[in-house]
Amino acid sequence: MRSLAEIFAVCASSGSSFTHAAIEIETSESGCSVEMLRKGMLSRLKDMEFSVNEALSGSWRGLLVPEEAYLLHEYGADAASFSSPFVLTAARIAIAVSTYNAAMGRIVAAPTAGSCGILPGILFSYRDHFRCEDETLLSGLFAAAAVGSVTAARATLAGASGGCQAECGAAAAMGAAALVQMRGGSPDAVGHAVALAYKSILGLVCDPVGGLVESPCIKRNGMLVSLSALAADMALAGLRSLIPPDEVIDAMGQVGRALPESLRETAGGGLAVTPTARELVAKLLQQE
Amino acid sequence: MSFLDIVGPVMIGPSSSHTAGAARLGRLAKACWGTDTLNEVIVFLRGSFAFTSKGHGTDKAVVAGLMGMLPDDERIRNALMLAKEAHFPYRLTTEDVDGAHPNSARFSFLGKNGRRLDVVGASIGGGAVEIQEIDGFSVAINGELPTLITFHKDTRGVVAAVAVLMAGREINIASMTLHRKTRGGVATLVTELDMNAPPDEQLCNAVLQAHPAILRVASLFGGGNNS
Repeated sequence: MRSLAEIFAVCASSGSSFTHAAIEIETSESGCSVEMLRKGMLSRLKDMEFSVNEALSGSWRGLLVPEEAYLLHEYGADAASFSSPFVLTAARIAIAVSTYNAAMGRIVAAPTAGSCGILPGILFSYRDHFRCEDETLLSGLFAAAAVGSVTAARATLAGASGGCQAECGAAAAMGAAALVQMRGGSPDAVGHAVALAYKSILGLVCDPVGGLVESPCIKRNGMLVSLSALAADMALAGLRSLIPPDEVIDAMGQVGRALPESLRETAGGGLAVTPTARELVAKLLQQE
Repeated sequence: MSFLDIVGPVMIGPSSSHTAGAARLGRLAKACWGTDTLNEVIVFLRGSFAFTSKGHGTDKAVVAGLMGMLPDDERIRNALMLAKEAHFPYRLTTEDVDGAHPNSARFSFLGKNGRRLDVVGASIGGGAVEIQEIDGFSVAINGELPTLITFHKDTRGVVAAVAVLMAGREINIASMTLHRKTRGGVATLVTELDMNAPPDEQLCNAVLQAHPAILRVASLFGGGNNS
């Protein structure tokens, strides 16, 4: 899928939702039937749900990062938090699934393994707080997939090419699209949510400590669900991105290409080369 | 990228290139070897595969793939233990090769009667992989489509014979690449097919008999990137 503009065009001519238009384009491009595609995506949703259940019910940790998601749950029980209950649950799920990934759990890369917590956080916190059927979650997941597909075509979804913009950043924009779609927002609002989310992560670097998918990845997954939520709220409230979403995605790709190699998943810069990071890695190598 | 590639693959963490890709690479390399008895396979991890192998479970994933497991198989976590229990004859080591792909490995298979096969492959991002070398031949096989590899003596008619055979069976050829070491020497033909399942033994045998110069046929299928 080359652009969000072509999705909006189908929406405008047929009056269909963002998700329906995206499914129409995807099936005509791939030759896959609507039924097969829906079946495939439903199985992804079920695998995602399974990973959430496993992540929340077990005790998992990475090589460097300990189990922490439960702390948010304990904290969220009293109503004084600054983030909404939806955001806190989404962050807790995102951190739990990301930690589960670091512990070699079975996850759905969405769009990548390093960003695998964000969409499950958004979708299953939505179900918890706003009560909905699988059908609603599926429409959100399709909207997210369409945004990811356009991003892959126009920019990149690989940290090695575009830094973390292309992984957690992309997942946050996909999550924003999912939220607006699940709320029944207009295609236009979906587009603005995507643009607003992406604009706030431009330049985000990939600088993992020890090259491991743990720090800062795990808590960044938790952090960025709040960006999805606020981008969706802003777009639903009627705020508009001055730059249209396709152009914002192009900008993300361009910024990614301009990032030095040391900040593109090589663990050669940023947090990865801080004294503490070096110390942690040295300790880890000793243990091995 | 298709929607199911964007939301996917389903995989054992933590890294699509270092874990899922490693499992897929091991599986594809083993498919190059085929079903012959295996006395030993030595895996030489290269680049960041060697450097961050343990942290990403690359070692476990590669061995799991060699044992036939898919990237979403929960047994990957315990693959080294399972390999030991099953007496799977593997050895893991590292090598430093100038110009090698940063996430790559060489597999050295040893079988009975001195049969050997050397396969080099790389994990090229997002869990996708590529076999780059078979016994010194440069190839580019991603295993997304069922693929046939023939090893034959470089002589006229081999490409035509394979093409005619496929036409007769109503199988469309997606791509065909020919490699040879020297004129009249050993050559390989890599043929990707529009099929939903890997070429079966019967088809491989038919290809083997399609031309007298064909010495051996291998069938490969990674199951696509959704597996």
